[in-house]
Amino acid sequence: MGYRTDKTKLDRVLTELGSKYQIFAPAWDKRRKSVRFRSIRTADEIVLDRQSDFSIKETYYPISQVMMYFQTDNIKEAPVADPRDILIIARPCDLNSIRRLDKIFGDNGEPDYFYARLREKVRFVLLECRQGFEDCFCVSMGSNISDDYCMALRLEKNDAGELSEILVKTCDDEFDAFFRGEQEAPFEPEFVRENKKTMRIPDISRKNLKAVSDLEYWSQFDEKCIGCGGCNTVCGTCSCFDTSDVLYGDGRGDGERRRIWSSCMLEDFTETAGGARSRNTRGANMRFKVFHKFYDFKARFGEENMCVGCGRCDMRCPKDISFFDAVNGLNEETEKL
Amino acid sequence: MWTKNVSEKIDNIMKPEAHRILGITHETQAEFTFRVAFDAPFEDGQFCMLSIPKFGEAPISISGRGEGYVDFTIRKVGRLTKGLFDLREGSTLFLRGPYGSSWPVEDVFAGPDKTLVVISGGTGLAPVRTTLNRFYDNQDQIKDLYLISGFKDMDAVLFDEDREKWAKAEKFHTLYTLDDSEAPGFETGMVTAHLDKIPFESFGDNYCVAVVGPPPMMHFTALGLMKLGVPAEKIWVSYERKMQCAVGKCGHCKINETYVCLEGPVFHYPRARELFD
Repeated sequence: MGYRTDKTKLDRVLTELGSKYQIFAPAWDKRRKSVRFRSIRTADEIVLDRQSDFSIKETYYPISQVMMYFQTDNIKEAPVADPRDILIIARPCDLNSIRRLDKIFGDNGEPDYFYARLREKVRFVLLECRQGFEDCFCVSMGSNISDDYCMALRLEKNDAGELSEILVKTCDDEFDAFFRGEQEAPFEPEFVRENKKTMRIPDISRKNLKAVSDLEYWSQFDEKCIGCGGCNTVCGTCSCFDTSDVLYGDGRGDGERRRIWSSCMLEDFTETAGGARSRNTRGANMRFKVFHKFYDFKARFGEENMCVGCGRCDMRCPKDISFFDAVNGLNEETEKL
Repeated sequence: MWTKNVSEKIDNIMKPEAHRILGITHETQAEFTFRVAFDAPFEDGQFCMLSIPKFGEAPISISGRGEGYVDFTIRKVGRLTKGLFDLREGSTLFLRGPYGSSWPVEDVFAGPDKTLVVISGGTGLAPVRTTLNRFYDNQDQIKDLYLISGFKDMDAVLFDEDREKWAKAEKFHTLYTLDDSEAPGFETGMVTAHLDKIPFESFGDNYCVAVVGPPPMMHFTALGLMKLGVPAEKIWVSYERKMQCAVGKCGHCKINETYVCLEGPVFHYPRARELFD
């Protein structure tokens, strides 16, 4: 059901929803000076004029989480901090990104308990995206469209930065109940149909994998990349983590085990206790990352590539390496093979 | 699958359990074997994730089995060292597992008409020790067993008791080597230098080779074997990678489409040689 509404009403709905849901949307984080998915209370907190810096990932897969507490001879799982469900207001690229983490944490070996505990709370509100931004290439990756939402919003701001048009589409009774009685208006969210950038996905398979791996192409990243891992941090489909134990130093062996986001671009990502590393150059790490996003995830799980074309890695890189250019450039090379 | 309360229906695969340490043996300056109370079923070649105090979890192969226990042989290396000293007989070791693929002992290695060749480098002897002892205890299940086990130097030599009993076993043909030095009971040179001592021509078709050790050792041993006419299909290897979860989530062990913790660590060589970093 479609409705036209105003900021006052929408804010009231958010307040009511707030008792059942933590509501996340792209919002300005003053402390970190960036646009992150944060808990919001009012609709004008939602940043509409640019892609967010980080993805939705941190709302259901925290950057750092305590998994377990060790107490002498026994172990206890850490409790979930907030009992509420999780409502994420996000664009189609992000709505599509969650499927990738679902595959890794749900379908690769046994399902992950800590992931499941938060993931099962997640519901989506589609933030209509009609144009995309400078670095987006969602259309090339098939992530410009989504129907996995319980509500959709069109939010338009005027030149003064105030919300001037709000259209709502509700998909189930729970959300429809909040808007019943409001002015009905047909609203089917539109989607981006063409980005400024088009990705030509390289044709990589088992057959040419060695040849593509051996290309001189990768060595350009040895110098350019500094191995900061920023790309993986902002990426909504990156899932790798480190586990680390912290002991409390009280002599009894009490402590906690945490899990923290990691990155294959960090130089010691593959380092064993003895100091040996499987990948020794930044070019090799770049290659590993490109393969994961554009070849082996799809090869292993079928269906789709890992990259959703959100453009955040390009926005993030402190050395201005464009992942988009890197992969398009690779396509040129693979076509020559 | 992410319906409400699905988490209540699944096991917590990251949660270890407490196991009692029954005994600790100092094999060498750098290697300890921990005998741990354990009664879950497992296959040869599998590993567990052990929680080493002050270090965190480490993937360690099961190196021995017995009634109600398993052995883990751990090399003191890097930051692992500090925590290992905190472990004592009687204290609690947290661990989870077993994980990973196993040597194809029942299906491929075992058989009264079959010959098994085992080539190990250094601590690589640990993940094959259970298989070697299985055939030592059941020599009717194998025709012949050839073992070449190499070590860097005398300080690295493991499992003296086992090596001695294998050397005396009727169906076992053993050769122990030291890379550069000389000592009684050892030949000198890396294992690759001694591969031609194995009478492959006399095995017919019914044999397998298990190779395990540091990556360069496995690589050159496999090449050396193939040069001697051993087909790739008869070789099995066991990989070692950095692991943080052992259950296909953390990404550290991944080699392109393969997760070594799920599809390995034991690999059939035709598959293993397709894996490259």
